[in-house]
Amino acid sequence: MADGVINLTIDGAPVSVPAGTLVIEAAKQAGVLVPHYCYHPGLPVAGVCRMCLVEIEKAPKLQIACATTVTEGMVVKTQSAPAKDARQSVLEFLLINHPLDCPICDQAGECELQDFVFQEGQPGTRYGEYAKRFNPVEDFGPDVLYVPNRCILCTRCVRFMEDVAKEPVLNVSERGDRAFIGIHPEARLDHPWAGNVVDLCPVGSLLSKDFLHKARAWELDKTASICTGCSQGCNISLDTRDEVVVRVRPRPNLDVNRYFICDHGRMHYKWMNRGDRIEAPLVRRDGELKATDWDEAFDRIVGILRGASGKAVALVSPGASSESLALAKRLLSGFAWTGAFQIVMGEEAPLPGVPNLALRAERAPNARGAENLGYTRDYAQALEAAKTAAVVLVLDDPDSTVETNGALIYLGTVLPPDAACRRADVVLPIANVAEEEGTFTNRDGRDQRYYQAKSAPGMAQPAAWVLGEIAAALGVTEAAR
Amino acid sequence: MGFPHKPHPKETVVLSQYFGDAEARTLKGWTKRGGYEALAQVLKMDPVAVTDVVKESGLRGRGGAGFPTGLKWSFMPKEKKKPHYLCVNADESEPGTFKDREIMRWTPHALLEGTAIAAHAIRAEIAYIYIRGEFTEPWTFMERALEEANAAGVFGTIKIYLHRGAGAYICGEETALMNSIEGKRGNPRIKPPFPAAAGLFGMPTTINNVETLAAVPHIIKRGAAWYKGLCLSNPKSTGTKLFSVCGHVQRPGNYEVTMGFPLKDLIYDMCGGPRAGRTLKACIPGGSSVPILTRDETESCLLDYEGVVEKGSLLGSGGVIVFDDSTDMVYQIMRLARFYAHESCAQCTQCREGTAWTTKILERILAGQGKPTDLDLLLDLSENMTGKTICVLSDSCAAPVVSGIKKFRGEFDAYLAGKREAVLVG
Repeated sequence: MADGVINLTIDGAPVSVPAGTLVIEAAKQAGVLVPHYCYHPGLPVAGVCRMCLVEIEKAPKLQIACATTVTEGMVVKTQSAPAKDARQSVLEFLLINHPLDCPICDQAGECELQDFVFQEGQPGTRYGEYAKRFNPVEDFGPDVLYVPNRCILCTRCVRFMEDVAKEPVLNVSERGDRAFIGIHPEARLDHPWAGNVVDLCPVGSLLSKDFLHKARAWELDKTASICTGCSQGCNISLDTRDEVVVRVRPRPNLDVNRYFICDHGRMHYKWMNRGDRIEAPLVRRDGELKATDWDEAFDRIVGILRGASGKAVALVSPGASSESLALAKRLLSGFAWTGAFQIVMGEEAPLPGVPNLALRAERAPNARGAENLGYTRDYAQALEAAKTAAVVLVLDDPDSTVETNGALIYLGTVLPPDAACRRADVVLPIANVAEEEGTFTNRDGRDQRYYQAKSAPGMAQPAAWVLGEIAAALGVTEAAR
Repeated sequence: MGFPHKPHPKETVVLSQYFGDAEARTLKGWTKRGGYEALAQVLKMDPVAVTDVVKESGLRGRGGAGFPTGLKWSFMPKEKKKPHYLCVNADESEPGTFKDREIMRWTPHALLEGTAIAAHAIRAEIAYIYIRGEFTEPWTFMERALEEANAAGVFGTIKIYLHRGAGAYICGEETALMNSIEGKRGNPRIKPPFPAAAGLFGMPTTINNVETLAAVPHIIKRGAAWYKGLCLSNPKSTGTKLFSVCGHVQRPGNYEVTMGFPLKDLIYDMCGGPRAGRTLKACIPGGSSVPILTRDETESCLLDYEGVVEKGSLLGSGGVIVFDDSTDMVYQIMRLARFYAHESCAQCTQCREGTAWTTKILERILAGQGKPTDLDLLLDLSENMTGKTICVLSDSCAAPVVSGIKKFRGEFDAYLAGKREAVLVG
């Protein structure tokens, strides 16, 4: 036996796990999902739902897999008759008060009660004709509704607020079958990370107002992405339906955000769906920007770049992919180059229960990546340099107040009416983060990939593709740097 | 039993010797009766030696589980790295049990002395006595006694605090009690860790019942051999035990008998038996949480831990509830189930939903609306509620239901068949 490694058998499969591992986690390694409600790897163990009761050889009675640590030679049976009976009885008990309103419940399709009822084959109860427990829906906070009738009292939300957010505004009120989740009478569930209770809730009891009745879970396509809300780099899933991002949910990454995202990040998606996008390349003709095709746009840019020399300035978004930032720099490698970005700042909001996890003051996902490539934070100086530069390239920075006597090339998703970039010689439509694949480097220097969740509007293309095409047309190669 | 009756000749009066003797409540009166001699003796002893005496005496926990007290004390860490705590469970809420109340009402110093001895034995600096919220009178006496004893400095460096509960039955469960002292909701904790490893405030803790601790000074003073000798049946059950008898007897009250005493004599001799013209029907021997005994079982039962188990029940807290032939067992069992449904802490699914459901089924049977399948359903639910939860509240609800259906099925069947007039409960 290797040091600190425990060997055990779960449903006949041998597994070796580090000492101190919980049976429920060891089972995952053996490919066995022990049904559970109150257990969550990101929360302290409560052991209250009693759903994960398993048979352990030599133990006098069934044990809960979520609170039992592995021991050498342990033999765990999750499919034995007593274990299955216990699970079915828990489901029967849960179903006596849980309404079967799945057709109008947002959780349907991703509900752990539905899943395990289906898996264990316990569709109903012998409760009979009694009315189920009824309590009215409560408004808990800016984005959270509590539907007590569906609550199975797993207490994940209570433990999250108490032990992870460290703002214990939720509790279990009352006792026995009258119990419900209560909120402090003078408090709101408005902690900057409170929205996680909606994800944590295994049933449809805690709902996001933002997502309320917006889509059915099974209609959603889920794409791995990285949150653009700040420089933390939380791993997220972009949930889309018919090319529209409808929801952002955390994607577990134990090194970055564990199982959580903040509410700022959760709500930071609506702009991805905006309809006022640049849909075709635009070139200045007779003093006005006119829509054209990519070939003409590229020709115009190649002409500009070939005919210019001296200073070039790149004003970029710290939310652009590292790939596009690198190409934007390479494209201007023949010039005296200055690159800079500006960051929107906000309030820092840590999640106290998780070390090194916060909504960061720097609301940009790739500032570190831009810095690594040589872009600076001295945006004012770059703006000054831009005035006398031969070429200025603005990458996805519609709010830039750029002024220049040289040529202005703008790659962006939108072109607001009063944008300085309306004066550009060429405007190229690019994809936003949900429409392309790319890499961000978070504040701790971690490179993280994000993927395409929906298609880009019109002729828009990923910035990296656009810049790559220009570079190819120019003949700028690696050797030219 | 003392006040209001003189002790019955068959009683072995140790703990209840001064029940009814108001002077024993005062420090002066208690000292005059030999009080605090044992403590003075103990404070000069090595804690391990004290534990050994208690181990040798065979004293077992009087709160219900009957765990050997000396052994429990010896589970405390040998090497003291953290503060140790002693908790005294005076949250006597088990229906049918009222022995600790009398100890605190009449001999508060006996409990304080036992507490200090135990604290010394487990090397605890601080002891909390958690007193049931409804016990206003015992609280007054305990408070007064503690003040007096503190003023006289009898506890040495040991600090004793009284902590008042707020009326939840579940706070008598040891880990819920600790949560309650800590200012949290009184929910039982999952074990392990056991209190001796991580109890009150996460520190090594021992928790003992009032009656257990009240017996300790006597053991110290008179010796383990004397206590061990107090045994009428199984040598594993020693000493005296207070039984709180209530229900259909002529003289309800607390009676102190030697372990192994026949239950029949307790009910018929000491308590005067059932009321005139009535006969014994059933008996719950150890507080509401234990299985019900029939008349035959009751009359042949010996009152010690093993003797009651032999009859299919448990000695529990010693709360003897007697039912005569006028009793509607279905109604009584419904009342018990309703109590547990009311007191369930709502943590475990089986208990939260099961106790309430059980109550509803029993209510509909009483109302004449039971279904033929209801008894099987009740038994199945009880099976699902037993041995699967954090604490035993759920098991306690199931125990009287299962034993009630098994032993008094005819009464259930009468309701189900419509042969008995429906009882409206609400």
